[in-house]
Amino acid sequence: MTTAGETQDTSPLIKRHRLSTRLWHWTNFICVSILLMSGLGIFNAHPRLYWGQFGANYDHAWLMLPRFPDWATIPGHYSLAMSRRWHLAFALIFLASLLLYLLWSLLNRHFSRDLSVRREDVRPSHIWRDIKDHALLRFQVGEAARHYNVLQKLSYAVVLFILLPLMVLTGLTMSPGMNAAWPWLLDLFGGRQSARSIHFIIAALLLAFFIVHLIMVLLAGPYNEIRSMITGRYRLPAERGEQDA
Amino acid sequence: MNRLVSRRKLIAGLAIGAGGLLTGCDRLAKNESFRHALFSAENIHRWAQRLLTDRDALAREFSPEERSPYFRTNGTRNPGTPEYTSLAKGKFADYRLRVTGLVDRPLSLSMAQIRQMPLRSQITRHDCVEGWSAIGKWTGVPLKLLLSAARMKDNARYVIFHCADFMGSIPYYESVDLIDALHPQTIMAFALNDKTLDVGHGAPLRLRVERQLGYKHAKYVMEIEAVHELTSTGLGKGGYWEDQAGYEWYAGI
Repeated sequence: MTTAGETQDTSPLIKRHRLSTRLWHWTNFICVSILLMSGLGIFNAHPRLYWGQFGANYDHAWLMLPRFPDWATIPGHYSLAMSRRWHLAFALIFLASLLLYLLWSLLNRHFSRDLSVRREDVRPSHIWRDIKDHALLRFQVGEAARHYNVLQKLSYAVVLFILLPLMVLTGLTMSPGMNAAWPWLLDLFGGRQSARSIHFIIAALLLAFFIVHLIMVLLAGPYNEIRSMITGRYRLPAERGEQDA
Repeated sequence: MNRLVSRRKLIAGLAIGAGGLLTGCDRLAKNESFRHALFSAENIHRWAQRLLTDRDALAREFSPEERSPYFRTNGTRNPGTPEYTSLAKGKFADYRLRVTGLVDRPLSLSMAQIRQMPLRSQITRHDCVEGWSAIGKWTGVPLKLLLSAARMKDNARYVIFHCADFMGSIPYYESVDLIDALHPQTIMAFALNDKTLDVGHGAPLRLRVERQLGYKHAKYVMEIEAVHELTSTGLGKGGYWEDQAGYEWYAGI
């Protein structure tokens, strides 16, 4: 049951996450959880997905699902009106905090320092070793644990710069008011119903990311990991030799 | 190390987390001031859309080939009241659209008179709040022409649509502000896909307000009323669904 990072109190405690990252992480956690669950509530009003500009009951749906259970939706009973109220309110907080975080992290060089992929990161041999390390649950220790490994960098970058912005854009594409104002949104995603499908698919990808993220935190040592996201302090996991002894 | 995270524990953890969040959210939503804050997001969306985008932007119009093969109905499929049924039996020859409220010249127009006004056709997408969309061709008279024919007064700020259908015992109604009322694509439609509007789609006359969701597109419109405030109609939120279920009055979102 012992995990790296929780055993060796003698290894150095470093400053891991900046205030901007910590604030955004938890704001975003609340927003995304509420958005996901209220989104499932909205989806329940018409649990069918289409490609193209239009799509209704008599058109071909590429996906038809049973309704999501009450425990997975906000509110905990079917109410399209209230699901929309939750969703549209937290969409605003989500967008504002995302924009603020992106800007702040550019200015404090969080992205260029911690997320930019370096040439040695993307050598196939390096990526392969990283994949193997993850598969074997062999986490980075010592000095190497100061930095994100390449899979971490790539997955955080994909979520931050691709998936989350796409959620905002596909969400806007479902708004008839925004369709009139910014018709390029419809061209970008191939229609309102396509945007709705993409919105749903990305929500599923984000849920998958969240589950993997959660497993990784639990495996890498939840106390140390969660502390680092609250106080910013992170204890470097000891070198493997010392720990296994 | 693997035992630390078993699949069962993870799923249980997620469900407990979701349940906890859910209980918290449902409790919060019962708090009056929290609810007020939650509902105020609608105003921020409306304000942001109106501020950052062109107020007169046109909804996309499609080509005839892009129409839905079948345009489903929703909401009331037939008002079924004795008055409406007898109007429908007479092919709406006795129907009169009234334009009332803050106008200098109240109107009472037959369908024949309405059809003689300058008309507009548009192939647009109808978006239901439930999530589905259908594309069809609508023909009707621009609302702006009706309002100017009735000489709407300067202090009018909203337009209310009173309908022939009842939801339970409550007559359906809807409303828009003047930005949408005077928009060139806002029409009182009497034809869908070149056919006279059928009962299911809102015969004889229904609103098309193309930059908002389906429940704003009042069907079976009997009276158009220009008003200064929405508070004295229904429960005061500007529409049946707004009053009864908490849907947004501004449905451009």
